[in-house]
Amino acid sequence: MTAHDPSPHHLQLTRDGQLRHFLTLDGLDRDLLTDILDTADSFIEVGERTIKKVPLLRGRTVVNLFFESSTRTRSTFELAAKRLSADVLNLDISTSATSKGESLSDTLLNLEAMASDMFVVRHSQSGAPHFIAESVTPGVAIINAGDGRHAHPTQAMLDMLTIRQHKQRFEGLKVAIVGDVLHSRVARSQIRALNVLGAEEVRVIAPGTLLPKDVESLGCTVEYDMEKGMKDLDVVIMLRLQKERMEGALLPSEREFYRLYGLNREKLALAHPECIVMHPGPINRGVEIESAVADGPQSVILNQVTNGIAIRMAVMSMAMGGQVAERQRQQAKGAKA
Amino acid sequence: MSHTSNQSSTLLLITGGRLVDGQGGEADNDALLIRDGRIAATGSQARSADVDDTINADGWVIAPGFVDLCCNLREPGNGQKGNIASETRAAAHGGFTTVCASPETSPVNDSGAVTHLIRDVAASRSPIRVLPIGAITRGLEGDLLSDMAGLRNAGCVAVGNGSRGVRNARILRRCMAYAQTFGLTVMFSPENQALAADGYAHDGLVTSRLGLLGIPEVAETAAVMEMLLLAEETGVRLHLSQLSCARSVEMLAEAQQRGIKVTADVAIHQLLFTEDALAGFDSRFHVRPPLRSESDRRALVAGVREGVIAAIVSQHQPHDTAAKQAPLAATEPGLSTIESVLSLGLELVDRDELSLTDLVRALTSGPASVIGRTSGLAEGDMADLCLFDPTGTWVADDRTLVSAGRHAPVTGRELTGVVRMTLVEGRKAWDALQA
Repeated sequence: MTAHDPSPHHLQLTRDGQLRHFLTLDGLDRDLLTDILDTADSFIEVGERTIKKVPLLRGRTVVNLFFESSTRTRSTFELAAKRLSADVLNLDISTSATSKGESLSDTLLNLEAMASDMFVVRHSQSGAPHFIAESVTPGVAIINAGDGRHAHPTQAMLDMLTIRQHKQRFEGLKVAIVGDVLHSRVARSQIRALNVLGAEEVRVIAPGTLLPKDVESLGCTVEYDMEKGMKDLDVVIMLRLQKERMEGALLPSEREFYRLYGLNREKLALAHPECIVMHPGPINRGVEIESAVADGPQSVILNQVTNGIAIRMAVMSMAMGGQVAERQRQQAKGAKA
Repeated sequence: MSHTSNQSSTLLLITGGRLVDGQGGEADNDALLIRDGRIAATGSQARSADVDDTINADGWVIAPGFVDLCCNLREPGNGQKGNIASETRAAAHGGFTTVCASPETSPVNDSGAVTHLIRDVAASRSPIRVLPIGAITRGLEGDLLSDMAGLRNAGCVAVGNGSRGVRNARILRRCMAYAQTFGLTVMFSPENQALAADGYAHDGLVTSRLGLLGIPEVAETAAVMEMLLLAEETGVRLHLSQLSCARSVEMLAEAQQRGIKVTADVAIHQLLFTEDALAGFDSRFHVRPPLRSESDRRALVAGVREGVIAAIVSQHQPHDTAAKQAPLAATEPGLSTIESVLSLGLELVDRDELSLTDLVRALTSGPASVIGRTSGLAEGDMADLCLFDPTGTWVADDRTLVSAGRHAPVTGRELTGVVRMTLVEGRKAWDALQA
């Protein structure tokens, strides 16, 4: 029995299936994901011009709301918004309003009152962007820039764009995600994206302490032994390992982790010869990846960063389009009534 | 309970309707006569009396008043979430004639003085009976024994831990041995805190997908096993509060077969909802213990049906809206359930998961026996009654809910089963016509 529509996805689409928030990849179909990738492709060209601007968000105000600090993700969102000609406000909330005791809802309502059109939200709690979109400021387009362990959908989409650039397709691909899946919002979004886009196999490679319960239900297979898991891989995605994991008795030591699950040249040689190496960054060299691999010919880590701006431009422009369409629909409804 | 009116000396006659006593007895009601707060006569003998007031119960069910073993009245100390007056009135609206008040107040009910305060406020403001549960450790801190004899003497019907833990098994063992000395029942919600850690949702499919922090089943089952063994050793009467796992029900049944003095309850929402309720990050369903899987839900319902689980409780936890207006992890656990218990229970009856008798038993004689009280519809029984229309419908919303907590489990759609009248010792604690 459910109390109301249980799907978290109805929230991020307009009635005719356009994106109006970007909270999670759950509930988004292959056509929509492909649409995002195609739109991002068209923006890559913008980044190569001398004047790197298009007027899609001219006159719109985008607020970067980072409740958890992140220089890189925030910078790419900021650049993406500026290339779309939006006015951008960066707020590092962790050091401002909420520390003065103002509730999250009150902070957001104040920002909404300043006529913001879009919030880019990063938060340490899973579901925070959902909460904002559903209960606080439904008239503002919400872009999830990473929430707790839940989702990091723009990161996953830029990874998909990178894979498509190098492999031209998803069908038949064998992809492994290695490391701390339990705490990773990136991994959850990647597994979802790869499944929807039609990858043949998504493998997670990690010790049992770093895997969520019933992880297979997310759409992947599990391999504890990395050497076995590298076999036939077309793509290997390394996850960042947080140093705190040792203290929580999830791992004995960085050294043992690197020995078992770190990507070095020997292990990479077990994969398909054209296997590409990815990492969402920032990299811990010598913890999850050897420098020679991170900087080697199979690494596409810097392509990921470049693609990040294009993906964020795509998602921001699409969500703003949906939000505007929704507002017009509601205004038309209001005028009729 | 208020004694301002002297209706108890009047003669009240209830005609029509169907009697369901929750102990297997079901019959059409000819007439039920109430005198001096008790059921004085039934049938034609009742009819002959010259009465002051007659209630026509045609089409209604006449059941003993509901008894709740776990209710948070929020007084003293949490007036922004509710108080004894508001929450006991909500309970009367829900058909309850007796509620056990959780010790988790501020200050905690760990002394006779707090118990007296609760009883005094209830005596003047509550339309129903309020039976306090004392804290098992001082301040519910889990370290030191509370004044259990003092709590009992002040009127506590049991001692419990609310939703908090006890430091370790050695302290728990001493709590049980000490409670046993005074014949006090220990009401314990089993949760191993080290295993539950920072979790707030069932460690399963939904938490894995949404990246929520899970509470594994073993956080409950390991605690249940430990408590059963300690109860067996100390001989205390143990009541396990708010089970959530299939495996706990199995261990409970096995312990009962071994002759261990143990009973248990389950919260109404555990019987209807599962982890799926959190799929949209709906903070209302942030409850503790968490909603678990469908197979757990089925096992809990079977436990009630088979009588292994004696009672369904509301686990009523009214909150102010701010407590639920935040990202899921930052919200406070608990639902405002007490007014919806009957309607939710009737959904289980409608789906043939429980019979009406099972439901009424788990809301009346089952919980009453846990706290050493009786319940029934026979001559001489206390006239604590719930009269409900099993086919009437209502919607839980700001207009209908009496509780200060508006986060009821089901809002925005029709519920079936309306409490028409709640009588406590023959006095009207709730009358839908006058509400």
